[in-house]
Amino acid sequence: MPPGSGRRPWTFYALAAFFALYVLFLYGPMSAIFILSFQGPTGGLTFPMVGVSLHWFGALFEQQRTGDFAGSFTRSIALAVIVLSITVVVSVMAGLAFRRRFLGSTLVFYMAIFSLIIPGLLLGLGVGLTFQFLGIKPAWYSSALGAQLTWTLPFGLLIMFAVFSRFNPAYEEAARDLGAGPWQTLWNVVLPILLPGIIAVALFGFTLSYDEFPRTLIPIGSRNTLPLEIWAMTTNVTSPALYALGTLTTAVSFVVIAVALTSIAVIQRRRTRRGARTDAGD
Amino acid sequence: MPVRRSSTWWPPFHHLLVAPLALLLLVFFGVPLVLVVAVSFFDFDQFNIIPTFVLTNYVELFNSRLTYTLYANTIKYAVIVWAVTLLIGFTVSYFLVFHVRPFLLQLALFLLCTVPFWTSNVIRMISWIPFLGRHGIFNQSLIALGLVDHPLEFLLFSDFAVVIAYVHLFSLFMIVPIFNSMARIDPAVIEAAVDAGAGRFRVIREVVVPLSKTGIAMGSIFVVALVMGDFFVVKIMSGGQSASVVLAMSNEIAVLQYPPAAASAVGLLLVVTAMVVGIMSIVDVRRELSG
Repeated sequence: MPPGSGRRPWTFYALAAFFALYVLFLYGPMSAIFILSFQGPTGGLTFPMVGVSLHWFGALFEQQRTGDFAGSFTRSIALAVIVLSITVVVSVMAGLAFRRRFLGSTLVFYMAIFSLIIPGLLLGLGVGLTFQFLGIKPAWYSSALGAQLTWTLPFGLLIMFAVFSRFNPAYEEAARDLGAGPWQTLWNVVLPILLPGIIAVALFGFTLSYDEFPRTLIPIGSRNTLPLEIWAMTTNVTSPALYALGTLTTAVSFVVIAVALTSIAVIQRRRTRRGARTDAGD
Repeated sequence: MPVRRSSTWWPPFHHLLVAPLALLLLVFFGVPLVLVVAVSFFDFDQFNIIPTFVLTNYVELFNSRLTYTLYANTIKYAVIVWAVTLLIGFTVSYFLVFHVRPFLLQLALFLLCTVPFWTSNVIRMISWIPFLGRHGIFNQSLIALGLVDHPLEFLLFSDFAVVIAYVHLFSLFMIVPIFNSMARIDPAVIEAAVDAGAGRFRVIREVVVPLSKTGIAMGSIFVVALVMGDFFVVKIMSGGQSASVVLAMSNEIAVLQYPPAAASAVGLLLVVTAMVVGIMSIVDVRRELSG
């Protein structure tokens, strides 16, 4: 059944068609709104296009029409960078810890899993109540940050599990045999090997925060993030400005994804070129 | 035992390395959860939460017909979406792992499936509106092809639209873990099964499915939990004609009725936990993840 025998079985074509349809299903509707965001000034929410313009992108920057777009965008980026930093550091540390069992490892693991799958709004309600009871005013950099971490940290941990399951401890042993201390081993051997995985954690940390809204909705305080602005728009803006905002925010995501994936690819390429002999398995 | 020696030697103070994670989860997940449970027993009036111990929130929750309707509706969505995403997740992963070579192409196609996951859920959801609407692309195409003469009305603002959006948003959560499990299957095992005379479908049933069960379980947990916890897809895509447990909860929160919302949250949490524990009792997810 696996290919290699020259002629492909009929199942290959059936599965390939299924896959192509799925990709179309994933990207088709998205591309429709990207096109519609360039709708002419008199155009509506659906096809046909009534001319082509940047009118609706311009409309985003008129304060009264769509709320505080620039402010919420800045806050979202800042919050995503903070979430990314914390997620990377904390997940890598936890990933290292989880290589061996320790007292409470099962408890922490299940806490992470349930933190991931708990309904987002419910978690947000809890965080909001916590701040209310403590008498602290909720804000994007405190309560909303915490609520988002309950979503990104478990993802970071799961990625670290996947990374470590492919990690060969022989490299650490070699470093130790050559006289490296624990921190030298960590800094010069382990972390460089883990780097692609760490970039993946960073990508998740940034994008999951940048697009998050069910958990953020209640504990956000008085200043919205971008997804919350978009959420508010879905219920009261009935113009292609909504699509323009969607196109912009997706473009930002695409840039971040491209940067992350390209840097992973560059690292891997450099590695295979440099060490043809020190092959990592597979 | 060199492996053992090196792992006891390094990292130093390894158990302390988990402290930041444990602490953050405790503060932003553990404590809030306890508070939600506590508040569900509190009383309230128009403006305040009154910290006493009452069971009225739960009594009202269990006595309301609406509760059962909401659960029936939400679970219906969860089951349908689970079945569809499982079919998609398994088929797509199977195709990528066993039919696509070389490895780089496999990786590229896998990433093609995962990229939308890193973009906004709300935007991906509303992108169905110009597609499924009365004058949307789908209806116009059907009319142009002469398949129907009136636009189909059930496409948008209906259960159909809700399910489509769920599948669109959440199928990645099924693909990624199943792909991960399948990619680890040793090709020699499959060759052995083929050499022993097993047909294509028998190999799938008796080799691929059992060896992918961790991924299937993980994906199922994600999808079920995400659908059970949703409020925004059902709100927008049903056009207000349908509701979910969390949507009803969010309406209570909007009018600051925290104690009944908390009681409803506790109820939902118990149901979701039971579902997840049920799945985990069939497949030991943790051992295969970290072991």
